[in-house]
Amino acid sequence: MIDINIQKELHGSLGKMHLKVNVHIRQGEFIALMGESGSGKTTLLRVLAGLVQSEGEVRVEGISWKHLPVQQREIGFVFQDYALFDNMSVEENLLFVNDDKALACELLEMTALTALKARNVTGLSGGQQQRVALCRAMMKRPKLLLMDEPLSALGEQMRKSIQEEIKTLHERFSMTTIMVSHNASEVFTLASRVLVLNQGDIIQDGVPKVVLQSRSMQSVEVLALTQNAEKTIATLSQYGELLEVEVDAKTQVGDKINIEIKAEQI
Amino acid sequence: MDFSPFWLSFKLAGLTTLILFIIALPLAWWLSQTHSKSKPFIEAMTALPIVLPPSVLGFYLLVVLSPNSALGGFFEDVFGLKLVFSFTGLVVASCFYSLPFMVQPLQSGFEGLNKHMLEASYLAGKNKIQTVLRVALPNMKPSLLTALIITFAHTVGEFGVVLMIGGSIPEETKVASVAIYEMVELMEYGKAHIYSGIMLLMSFLVLLSVYIFNHKQKTKIGLV
Repeated sequence: MIDINIQKELHGSLGKMHLKVNVHIRQGEFIALMGESGSGKTTLLRVLAGLVQSEGEVRVEGISWKHLPVQQREIGFVFQDYALFDNMSVEENLLFVNDDKALACELLEMTALTALKARNVTGLSGGQQQRVALCRAMMKRPKLLLMDEPLSALGEQMRKSIQEEIKTLHERFSMTTIMVSHNASEVFTLASRVLVLNQGDIIQDGVPKVVLQSRSMQSVEVLALTQNAEKTIATLSQYGELLEVEVDAKTQVGDKINIEIKAEQI
Repeated sequence: MDFSPFWLSFKLAGLTTLILFIIALPLAWWLSQTHSKSKPFIEAMTALPIVLPPSVLGFYLLVVLSPNSALGGFFEDVFGLKLVFSFTGLVVASCFYSLPFMVQPLQSGFEGLNKHMLEASYLAGKNKIQTVLRVALPNMKPSLLTALIITFAHTVGEFGVVLMIGGSIPEETKVASVAIYEMVELMEYGKAHIYSGIMLLMSFLVLLSVYIFNHKQKTKIGLV
């Protein structure tokens, strides 16, 4: 059980705000953390990892992590930009965390990286680098795996393939996981619970289907318009996907329109 | 032909580079990581030798290190170390004179590193020293090499400060640059040409090696 009860003042995209999070997470849960940019998602992950300070405390299995330095927290962290050690090979990146060759071999096998283990990480593709980052985060056998938009820089096919690997790793190691994501299909595939942050507050907490369905009626800005003699098509961005919907001919770019998305359509 | 001034110059430059690397590494790391209000003050202090005339720096060092001063007197009485007109004094003076040439490239190298990479090292359980030695330094080789080579080359080439602090004692403080100055004064232009030619060639080769290495590193990581 992980109890998070933290407060922190932030300077978000809309000015000063307070991050206030009070949640209980069960062992082995896979949490998707959603919300607009600047709502405090990354800061929450960084507070949990001990990379930034906050008020309040985080308790893991009843033990307070308040004064525990980052080095001693049983955390695996996957950064959005991978943050691999460029001076090391794939295998060295893993063994730097924990000199457990058997575990490194198992992880590399599970993520189809065995053939690349001696290669320097700078020569790998984005998808391969992301796999290495994922394996490296698992080398501590963490109690809590934190992932900050781990798949956002990847193409659709690679994203699906790594989603499967994340799922396999989660089933194999049963670590509690919190993943920041904007992608609804990713959330459906991986998460057992969704938390939605807005301006530092958790405004929704539930299973993916219910949360995404309740968020289905939304006011969304029109990014672009395509017009022909018969209809006007607006391009919108929601859940990290570009959507196209037919709108009234009087609609202009920048207007807000209400859309409804059904969970099964996502 | 007496080559002892060259040997003395290289011994001085080698020792200065080694001492400065040990001193400047934690200082440059601190400067790169801190948000302290004292940072600009420390940076300005560190950079002073770049803009100060060597005679000004030499004068103040002479005042502070002379046996008549508290510091110079203390070193002479307690450790038997003479800090002016001695090789030890030259090393101390050179450490002040070449400090910015070691600190600035290291600081800029640390600042250019991906912050997340350093955090990944902390998350891997490594402390700051392990992170600097195993992650930071190997990922900023061009800055590291620039700091070491430029400090070495700059110390080999220093003149004003060493003349004021060391004078020109053969095989003790008479480094190559001072020897050239004396030859010109004595109108021994032939010898001065040979000494100057050697210095010119070596300085060029040192700088060329730095630029070739840095170019190769940038090619390796795809910046060129």
